[in-house]
Amino acid sequence: MLYDVLIIGAGVIGSMLARELSRYQLSVCVLEKENDVAMGATHANSGIIHGGYDPVPGTLKAKMNTDGVEPLFQAARDLHVPHRRNGSMVCAFGSDAEHALLDELYEQGQVNGTPDLRILSGDEARAIEPKLSPEVSRVLHVPNAGIIGPYDLAIAAMGNAMDNGAVLLRNFPVVEIRREDARFVVTSEKGDCAEGRYLVNCAGAYSDRIAAMAGDGFYTITPRAGEYMLLDRAEGDTVSHTLFQCPTEDGKGILVSPTAHGNLLVGPTAKKVASPEHHDTTPEGLAEVTRLAAKSVPSVNFRQVITSFTGIRATGSTGDFILEASKTVPGLIHAGGVESPGLTCSVSIARYLTGILREEGLELNEKSDWNGVREDTHAFQHMTDEEKDAFIREHPAYGKIVCRCEGITEGEILDAIHRNPPALDMDGVKRRTRAGMGRCQGGFCGPYVMALISRELGIPMEEVTKKGGDSRMLVERIGEDK
Amino acid sequence: MICHDIVIVGGGPAGMAAAAAAYDAGCHDVVILDREPQLGGILMQCIHNGFGLHKLGKELTGPEYAAVYAEMVEKRGIRVYTETMVTHVSPERVVTSQNRQGILKIQAKAVILAMGCRERSRGALNIAGSRPAGIYSAGTAQKLVNCMGYQVGRRVVILGSGDIGLIMARRMSFEGAKVEAVCEVMPYSGGLTRNIVQCLEDFGIPLYLSTTVVQIHGRDRLEGVTIAQVDENRRPIDETRRYIPCDTLLLSVGLIPENELTRAAGIPIDPVTNGALVDENCQTAVPGIFACGNVLQVHDLVDYVSEEAERAGIAAAGLVAGEISDDVEIATRAGNGVRYVLPQKIRSTAQEVSLFLRVSQPFGRVRFVVEDEEKVLATATRLRAAPGEMEKLNLPAEKLSSVRGEITVRLEVL
Repeated sequence: MLYDVLIIGAGVIGSMLARELSRYQLSVCVLEKENDVAMGATHANSGIIHGGYDPVPGTLKAKMNTDGVEPLFQAARDLHVPHRRNGSMVCAFGSDAEHALLDELYEQGQVNGTPDLRILSGDEARAIEPKLSPEVSRVLHVPNAGIIGPYDLAIAAMGNAMDNGAVLLRNFPVVEIRREDARFVVTSEKGDCAEGRYLVNCAGAYSDRIAAMAGDGFYTITPRAGEYMLLDRAEGDTVSHTLFQCPTEDGKGILVSPTAHGNLLVGPTAKKVASPEHHDTTPEGLAEVTRLAAKSVPSVNFRQVITSFTGIRATGSTGDFILEASKTVPGLIHAGGVESPGLTCSVSIARYLTGILREEGLELNEKSDWNGVREDTHAFQHMTDEEKDAFIREHPAYGKIVCRCEGITEGEILDAIHRNPPALDMDGVKRRTRAGMGRCQGGFCGPYVMALISRELGIPMEEVTKKGGDSRMLVERIGEDK
Repeated sequence: MICHDIVIVGGGPAGMAAAAAAYDAGCHDVVILDREPQLGGILMQCIHNGFGLHKLGKELTGPEYAAVYAEMVEKRGIRVYTETMVTHVSPERVVTSQNRQGILKIQAKAVILAMGCRERSRGALNIAGSRPAGIYSAGTAQKLVNCMGYQVGRRVVILGSGDIGLIMARRMSFEGAKVEAVCEVMPYSGGLTRNIVQCLEDFGIPLYLSTTVVQIHGRDRLEGVTIAQVDENRRPIDETRRYIPCDTLLLSVGLIPENELTRAAGIPIDPVTNGALVDENCQTAVPGIFACGNVLQVHDLVDYVSEEAERAGIAAAGLVAGEISDDVEIATRAGNGVRYVLPQKIRSTAQEVSLFLRVSQPFGRVRFVVEDEEKVLATATRLRAAPGEMEKLNLPAEKLSSVRGEITVRLEVL
């Protein structure tokens, strides 16, 4: 089949673009190399909705950020993605240079159009954020900033796109892109082919390789790793704002923030790495996170760390987002170098790319039956006991709690396995439902979730994976002939 | 809302023993709520033997030990709600739970918390490296192997020498896996001596003390771990780093009482035991709510879980009948060489009280001294003492009535 638009990469940008394009009478197909959406930079991400003061005025980053904040909040509401407008603070620790930097960021925010920015004294800041270090001398307060579940957003956007007709092909690592007869022929490692009139490269940390494959590799990506630690929900109210330190060349510095799920997140470090496949945490990295997080908030209780992880930022060689039609390959659209504040900009970038496609000749006729709302997959969690009781009587699977730490029911897990985009592995269930994400990290519910995946997908237990590929959970059935 | 005299949260060894004891003490309106389809709790996956030597005078497997108590529960006609998960306990003793029939709320006169404990996870250890499949807590692997019938790996490293880890070293070997090593960050094992002998030495599995896993390798499935010795501050010594290829890492690095319901009920928790602060009747600081078994303190032997739960059950029945006495309030305290003492409070001098404690490190011959602010109340000598083995000291009733101030338990190395 010839699709109107092929999107390579099902991160938050590819997923949000698929949703945006699903408004129109188009055939859209997303090619993803992994077993699920949101497996790259979107997966291990700070989950911050940035206010817009940070990008240099005049850049695409600045424009997309300013244009992106409110549409993202709207999308989060429509897609029922956990989010909160908690506001952020950029902290200075007494030095004149940092104070000057805050003033600069403030001015930059005025130019970029970031609303309601204020410079507060340390004491004023501590009055609204009591656990802030006494060493904090001044902050830039950013009331329009927020937090959002990053992979939740991508999953919901892709699910909504699929509900509206978009196609997702997983386990489709692209190895070849040919252009013939005014169409792109894209081949996967296994030899599968997908064809499209337009090709949008949303491949994140791999976007330089995809651009080169498509014949227009004019930029490079330097992956930068960031290590994080996630703390138990018991610590989630340690702070209410997202607390940054003054930014450096390497990024926005170590943050201490509640997450949209109610945990406390600290990190990330920023280290250039050779490969986007780098997902290792290091003793040095975690020590740095600990040290710098304690600088902002000395009372962070690191005994409550429940997991640590490494995320990858796709830093492009141009310094800005690369959102443009190829100058040399007709029909190829670049969406490269999307690093922070990329998540914040996911909706504005999707709209911007849609505009580029239109300029490149793609006809956009709205569907009459497009539905941009995705049902709340966590609705059960928000019900009162009376509502739950009535719901369980209709749907008994919601009476069975599988994940005791997060209180996730069998009904919610079955929903995750069957709703677009279906969860095909353990991590997929975890990201959609939070089953296994709590303090025991799947110790109790893991075997039960495995059995549900096996049953619902009709695969043997030994074929159940953690995250696709060779990540099998079990090696064999005991007692069978070997 | 329905009402019952005693509601027991959890139908493992503690819950079952508490239920039977409460019934035998005269309270016949007892219900047990449990998440699983059958009674028994974690015992059901412990198919090895060694249970019941102290309490029942014979050596049973976990399911056999559970069956003894499940039968007691059944014979007494005690109502059991299975596949029912308690989601909230209020300080007023309203127990909210849910199952496939809906939400169930019960007003209880007494609540006995018997939720057990969970295993510490990889995240809590913050081991550096990648995040592949093949990393399990030992108990999860035990469930998969023993109850579900699947082998989790072929080449195994075990971090932590807690009892479950030791048992699983043997179990994985039985199923044809090669256990390369058991690493223990402490200079001694936290497991029972009999398990080290029967599960490691008998199978030629090396136990590396003062050694930990410092890095995890592999993208999809685990490919290997780097281990290293640690110095006296438990910091890895770089020169001793060594790579071991393996497809499975089992973690047996400690158990944490599952006290989320307890905390939500506003019950104060002891930071050392991670269980509720209780008196000698296992009653928490919230009147009418009791705690026993591994949710109160992590035990090494199920026999002692049953004993503790029986005390809680009898006391809860006494409370329902209005027959529980509290004439004093004596605090207990851990002194030299002792990590904790349970109960943290003694509220009645009517009968003998048992003090349970763990030592802070392995010792040779020691004498435990129980004393108040003026005098020695009791002493007991042991040939050796280890953190992995709980100690029990009895304090006669006549000594209790003369206590001045708080009671301290300390040890003297002989």
